[in-house]
Amino acid sequence: MEKERIGVYICHCGSNIAGTVDVAEVSRWAGEALKDRGVVVSRDYKFMCSSLGQELIQKDIKEQGLTRVVVAACSPHLHEQTFRNACKEGGLNPYLCELVSIREQCSWIHPDKAVGTEKAKAIVSGGVEKVIWDEPLEPLRVPINPVTLVVGGGIAGIQAALEVANAGYPVIMVEREPSIGGHMAQFDKTFPTLDCSACILTPRMVEVGSHPNVKLFSYAEVANVSGYVGNFQVTIKQKARSVNTDLCTGCGICQEKCPKKVIDPVFEAGLGYRKAVYTPFPQAVPKYPVIDRENCTYFLKGTCKACEKFCPTGAIDFNQEDEYFTFDVGQIILATGWDLFDARRIPQYGYGRLANVFTSLEFERLSNAAGPTGGKIVLRDGVTVPKSVAIIHCVGSRDKNYNPYCSAICCMQSLKFAHLVHERTGAEVYNFYIDMRTPAKGYEEFYQRLLEEGTHFIRGKVAEITDAARYPGEEGKLIVQAENTLIGKQMRVPVDMVILSAALEPRHDFKEVARLFGISCSEEGWLIERHPKLDPVATMTEGIYIAGCAQGPKDIPASVAQGAAAAARVVGKIQQKEITMEPIRASIDQDKCSGCRICNNMCPFNAISFIEDRMVSEVNPALCQGCGTCVAACPAGAISGTVFSDQAILAQLDGLLLNNVKAIDLTPA
Amino acid sequence: MKYSYFPGCSLERNASAYHVSAMAIAEPLGMEFVEVEDWNCCGATEYVSLNLTASYALIARNLAQAAKETSTKQLVAPCSACYLNLKKCDAYMEESPSLEEKINLALAAGGLSYKGGTLKVRHLLDVVVNDVGYDAIAAKVTRPLKGLRVAPYYGCMIVRPKLGENGTFDNPEYPTTLDKLLKVLGATVIDFPLKAHCCGGHMTQISESTGFELIRRLIKGATDYKADLIVTLCPMCQLNLDAFQGAMNSHFNTNYHMPVLYFTQMIGLAFGMDAASLGIGTELVDARDALSKIGVEVPEAELVVKKPPKEALPMPSLPEEK
Repeated sequence: MEKERIGVYICHCGSNIAGTVDVAEVSRWAGEALKDRGVVVSRDYKFMCSSLGQELIQKDIKEQGLTRVVVAACSPHLHEQTFRNACKEGGLNPYLCELVSIREQCSWIHPDKAVGTEKAKAIVSGGVEKVIWDEPLEPLRVPINPVTLVVGGGIAGIQAALEVANAGYPVIMVEREPSIGGHMAQFDKTFPTLDCSACILTPRMVEVGSHPNVKLFSYAEVANVSGYVGNFQVTIKQKARSVNTDLCTGCGICQEKCPKKVIDPVFEAGLGYRKAVYTPFPQAVPKYPVIDRENCTYFLKGTCKACEKFCPTGAIDFNQEDEYFTFDVGQIILATGWDLFDARRIPQYGYGRLANVFTSLEFERLSNAAGPTGGKIVLRDGVTVPKSVAIIHCVGSRDKNYNPYCSAICCMQSLKFAHLVHERTGAEVYNFYIDMRTPAKGYEEFYQRLLEEGTHFIRGKVAEITDAARYPGEEGKLIVQAENTLIGKQMRVPVDMVILSAALEPRHDFKEVARLFGISCSEEGWLIERHPKLDPVATMTEGIYIAGCAQGPKDIPASVAQGAAAAARVVGKIQQKEITMEPIRASIDQDKCSGCRICNNMCPFNAISFIEDRMVSEVNPALCQGCGTCVAACPAGAISGTVFSDQAILAQLDGLLLNNVKAIDLTPA
Repeated sequence: MKYSYFPGCSLERNASAYHVSAMAIAEPLGMEFVEVEDWNCCGATEYVSLNLTASYALIARNLAQAAKETSTKQLVAPCSACYLNLKKCDAYMEESPSLEEKINLALAAGGLSYKGGTLKVRHLLDVVVNDVGYDAIAAKVTRPLKGLRVAPYYGCMIVRPKLGENGTFDNPEYPTTLDKLLKVLGATVIDFPLKAHCCGGHMTQISESTGFELIRRLIKGATDYKADLIVTLCPMCQLNLDAFQGAMNSHFNTNYHMPVLYFTQMIGLAFGMDAASLGIGTELVDARDALSKIGVEVPEAELVVKKPPKEALPMPSLPEEK
């Protein structure tokens, strides 16, 4: 084998590296001690990532005929791509460039310059040994299907779908409920502007429903996902509506005539009723109702059929069955939303025991002009207007017994509630908060407005809500007991109504969703983004994006922004027509593979499949993300990762331990 | 099932009715109790606040004594304070090797030792509802407590604090096991919002008015809910609510009458046992009216006045009494 000609470049990173590593010494040492290993040029430079620094490498490639490059600078997370591109421009295959970190892993963590310098030498030596094993690679190119799947028809999903559709590309939207709209459709007003939620949402819903580029599946779920970025196959399960949508005109006579009234636990949050055949609300999109087979008298007892009898177009179809449709899609946006914390888990707050304790979603329905009381704020008896209302923040949030995180929207939501109560009932309102968090445009101003409106703010976590009167004046009231931490005193506030601003929680089936789409979720169950700051809507799986509360609690503006951001990413990819994928992949040596299948389930990207007739496993290179999990797990050592082969890693270790330079005098000059 | 049994001081004196009734229901419920040999004070609530290590050593001596019993590793305490102290000490010894070492240094002086986690410390209520079980109890009910409105009262020490992952057998803020038990016995159980509130502990001795206020809240609460009686599981709670109810009434110029009985007594009554055999009649706030609702006759308690023997010498009189 002809000896490689290696160039070594040590970055000062201003004083970030040069402050604790003698960069000139490392450069000198590498040039001398690693000469036998093929190092022909070794330099140090103030900022290797600058244009001048990159040109330095390119010049050497041309003039010195370099065949390998090692850059010792920051973490590969930051500048690997920069130096690979620089090498490519200089005429060298980009995968023959190795970036080793002497900043995060060396200069930043060692206060002692002598120690830092010696460690930097070892790291450079490791890089040199590894780069010898690197092979020239070509990036993979796969064509991209322009169809995009959007899962979830709340405001985040709606925004994403419309952005993609308006850019001229086809969208398939899947919504679990009979109508799109999500939680936003349940609200009366939105903070801080107090504009009517339905008024701003329904035009968007209508647009989705009628957009020529959007194919909408409501009352449907994604049943299966396979394939990889640009080329996913998704199977959608359309649950039986029992209504023929080709015939149905959405006239609503079936709902009117249906004799079975049931509590609506979803849209009305359990505070109102719907029929067994229903659309959740009048502006539902699509307009077609569904029959709730669990409650429909016909499905329970075999008689009734009132809806069928009265339907003017004969659209009721009791024999409809679940249908499955398979589509090829290029990319997927998940906007699956959130569930409300079950306030019964905090029994001392009395929800479920004490009639006039409401959850935030219940109050949204109570205050909604289209809600069960027509927007009248009344107690659970349906008639009495409360004279005093307590709003409890952080119920199930910021509490290590339930959820440690802040639900982000509850402070503003509680302020909105306080305002609505004031406006419509004139009642005294007490807000019990831990900290007021109003950090967005117009939010703090809204808080000030509430202060001026005369809402009482009590800083303290509520200990309990009880109906046990202790003092005169408390009889027949709900008593909120809390410590007012600003004055250090216990308080008992008797009120007529309590609203619990309950936490936003991940969807109950988050595990199922994460497994289905091959992405990961946090300990709590929020879907994890690729980078919390710089890549908030992509996931670690290429081609799958997240938006809205599926990623974490957030308000409407933030959900919309994420929906649009995810759409922008999707459209950008579609316009490239094909996707360039990193060629860093695992591959399985078919002769060594014993067919044990350990790697099959280990792969977080579902990239490994078992080939039954040959009894071996195989990696799909388009799905593989090069994480290396299978490489480490394979008991037969049959899997190797490009760029991270066993030989390369062992050589790098040898280099780090300076086994390669044993014969050389290591004492600094 | 066999258990080591730690009665604690109150069950020998003021809460003797609790002890008597617990023993009476043991057999029908298939529980066998072996009293811990030569047990000592659990430290109650006071000693822990004075000297932590010494108080844990005091408690650990009981654990060490109980661990000598080889036939069972379950230690049952009917008193909530004893239960909490024993449980805390056991849990902290298991958690902290340094505490365990110090305590064992002290125990070694008496030739004893204890390793945290050896015993499983249980409250009597836990054993009754979880080991015996509601179904087995229901099967033995011959005189359902029908028509009796009861307020289940847990006090603070039985489910708090939450020690470790499986530290409590019921919700720390709003327990429900006693509620279910009393329902099984046939009583009408009120959803008592004060069920885990403070009974005043030893406040009656330190700050009378504070103690009386805490007692008043509970008695008033139960009265407001039209309870016939309060059912409890802690001798301290029973003592405060029962023995200090009269003093509380005169302090606030009120006229509450709320009998306070133990859950073991209620089980015994539902099993058709004789009231006197369950220690009923020894409570200070008369439960006769309440119990007559379920047809239980309570014999007039005999006032035992011990006459000094003829040979007895006169008691000394202190100067200020003159």
